[in-house]
Amino acid sequence: MKVRIKFSKHGPVKYIGHLDILRYFQKSMRRAEVDIAYSTGFSPHQIMSFAQPLGVGMESDGDYLDIELKTHNGAKDLIDRLNSVMVPGMRIENAVELPDGVKNAMASIAAASYTVTLKNGQDYPEEVVSKWDEFIASKSIIITKETKKNTLEVDLKPHIYEASLKNDIFECLVDASSAGNIKSTQILEALYNYAGIEFNKIDFQVTRIDTFTNEGTEEKPKLIPLDAMGVTF
Amino acid sequence: MLALSDEILMSVDKPARYIGNEINSVVKDKDKVDIRIGMCFPDVYEIGMSHLGLQILYSMFNSYDDVWCERVFSPWTDLDPIMRKQSIPLFGLESQEPVKNMDFLAITIQYEMCYTNILQVLELSKIPFNACDRAEDDPIVVGGGPCTYNPEPIAQFFDFFYIGEGETKYRDIFDLYKKHKAEGTSRRDFLIEVAKLGGMYVPSLYDVSYNDDGTIKSFTANVPGIPTHIEKEIVKDLSNTHYPDAPVVPFIKVTQDRVVLEIQRGCIRGCRFCQAGQLYRPVRERDVEWLKKQAIKMLAATGHEEISLSSLSSSDYSELEELVNFLIAECRRRSINISLPSLRIDNFSVDVMGKVQDVKKSSLTFAPEAGTQRMRNVINKGLTEEDILNGARLAFANGWTRVKLYFMLGLPGETKEDIEGIGILADKIAREFFDTVPKEERKNGPVQIVASTSFFIPKPFTPFQWAPQATKEDFIEKAYICRSSVMAQLNQKRIKYNWHETDVSVLEGIMARGDRRLAPAILEAYKKGCLYDAWSDTYRHDLWLEAFDECGIDIPFYTTRERDLDEIFPWDFLDCGVSKEYLKKEWLRSKEGVVTPNCEQNCNGCGAAKFGVGICFNRK
Ligand code: SF4
Repeated sequence: MKVRIKFSKHGPVKYIGHLDILRYFQKSMRRAEVDIAYSTGFSPHQIMSFAQPLGVGMESDGDYLDIELKTHNGAKDLIDRLNSVMVPGMRIENAVELPDGVKNAMASIAAASYTVTLKNGQDYPEEVVSKWDEFIASKSIIITKETKKNTLEVDLKPHIYEASLKNDIFECLVDASSAGNIKSTQILEALYNYAGIEFNKIDFQVTRIDTFTNEGTEEKPKLIPLDAMGVTF
Repeated sequence: MLALSDEILMSVDKPARYIGNEINSVVKDKDKVDIRIGMCFPDVYEIGMSHLGLQILYSMFNSYDDVWCERVFSPWTDLDPIMRKQSIPLFGLESQEPVKNMDFLAITIQYEMCYTNILQVLELSKIPFNACDRAEDDPIVVGGGPCTYNPEPIAQFFDFFYIGEGETKYRDIFDLYKKHKAEGTSRRDFLIEVAKLGGMYVPSLYDVSYNDDGTIKSFTANVPGIPTHIEKEIVKDLSNTHYPDAPVVPFIKVTQDRVVLEIQRGCIRGCRFCQAGQLYRPVRERDVEWLKKQAIKMLAATGHEEISLSSLSSSDYSELEELVNFLIAECRRRSINISLPSLRIDNFSVDVMGKVQDVKKSSLTFAPEAGTQRMRNVINKGLTEEDILNGARLAFANGWTRVKLYFMLGLPGETKEDIEGIGILADKIAREFFDTVPKEERKNGPVQIVASTSFFIPKPFTPFQWAPQATKEDFIEKAYICRSSVMAQLNQKRIKYNWHETDVSVLEGIMARGDRRLAPAILEAYKKGCLYDAWSDTYRHDLWLEAFDECGIDIPFYTTRERDLDEIFPWDFLDCGVSKEYLKKEWLRSKEGVVTPNCEQNCNGCGAAKFGVGICFNRK
């Protein structure tokens, strides 16, 4: 049975990179005695895949991984078992069964929502906040991206689905599909440039709020959280 | 609250080294314990966290309600300058509080090349380098581990050394410490009491004098009532002692990312170059039923995907078959890998390896250590050419193609023929492959042999403690002869030859048999920037040479000099069980090329029987 797990990640564990989080979950499944399915061969590995890696330093309320179970005692039991072996800061928020034919988490991703705050707890600078309405109303938001060979111009605007800036918090819902994935800090950087203020990525704390798939069409999207693709069990 | 700011953690490599918070790490309320201790491995986190001894003591200390033990490691070279610049004190991973707030800093000293890291840990902790400069409220700095069997080069940096196995005496030390705190006695008074416990060496309580030729004249106590002969601590019953049920599980991949099951301590073999083989005598086995239970507990508590057996010579464990068969069945059920290092190649091990490893990817390992039978007799390595070729034939017939061979260069009395024997032996193994496996059955490809040599460094408490170490020039020439011998073989294309760095072997040699007069040079090298000497990228031989030169250290005195049979060695006041008389006998036997049987075959009266346990009384 395919199961999707939603988890959150806060505090010191934000410094654990994606590959180590993968190893962490593999060991957690064993400690919790989850009856997970394995690949065959000399070094069997757990059948487990993540929706989208979370960068080092980012926190999250809504990350996902898919696993395959051989047997189980219901979602609540699975969640409780796993939560009893988590380190502080890591929490299992939900677990749902994926009906047959549902695409895996990674292939399903269409969008993600984020909040960004200043690490020092202060408000966004007045000059930035005052420019927001004008900035977000512009037809296009062009940034330049350095690649190995050359610099590329990218328009962020079509990839921003929702965005707002209050005094102390920036919130956005952006494209997270493999083709058009953008970062919340790219929007902020463009805004700071627009306002003529220096931008320092290290000053900002990014938190992923949730990850979504598109149940509608490209023209008429209908975004639902990844765990809404499954049913409780 | 983390000790390092977000800005720092985001700028250094692998910030997870510094945040603690791992599964099974222990956080206590500091106001509810009487003693806080920092357990330090003076190297980077991934190395330190792979060390079984650290996990054992961490778990044992934290099993005491009145003690909180935290872990302390060397900050990596990217963080070190930041901590200095911003004056951030070194901290324990659990509390993230300065080491300086603790009562003890216990440092495990596993190899000589970590000595500058010890100084780094002290300096970043803001603890004075020299024990004599420490104030009443500085942590008591304790050293343990194999290098304490010659602690003299670093003696002045430690308040005391714990000689031997850590499980036995720490409780007594803690109780003594609590009494000392309650009574308000001085640091020195406490250390004098520690010295009386036995197994403890407090360097400041002893004086050394020297002869004109630089050798030691005397070693004497400078306070009455403390022993001048310090016998090691030893666990009598290994199936009834502390073992971590739930070792700490690092977030990042460390060298030993697995459950480690120590099946026995000590070794029956008595190879004359091997220090561990003498230090941990006599062999004591752990009960197989106890090991089975322990394995299951640890797998459950860690979630590790691999388990490994640990001992100096696993094949000598009497219940190996029983244990391995149990683990194979359990691990198959749980999809867990088994790693079985250092098994002698025979019918049993080939069968077992075929079950637990991918034959195509794994290799056979032999450690003949020397290229000819003559030389193997000198070093008492009881592995014959016939053993090796039989083992190889068996494994080749079962599909193996990769072979790893380990040798040493610079052994006492080594000749050109002995070195050339390495190439010849490797070639014989290749021929064995072509003779054993017909062309049409070579589906895993042709044989691939990797021969590696390291340079021999004489160590204290071995029969070779009297032997001269080869010079750097000799080492290079020997490696060259060895390479030429490999190149001259019929199957040279199937043999790859690797050798080790020479510079670092010289330094290791100086420290291994060094005395108290080296300490200023170690401090000087550290001040010049030497750190992480065990890492070839960071090792600075030039700075070490400068430091030795400035401190007037005569390097050949420590390395290439042949010691007189009656010389007093800096470590003679310590007693690991094996007597100096026995070692001397073994040194003379080695010169004649006479083999000494192992403890299983026959007791040779090495002295370790005085502990009253182990193989000396339970021969099978
Ligand atoms: S006393 Fe005999 S049996 Fe015991 S360790 Fe020494 S040589 Fe081996």
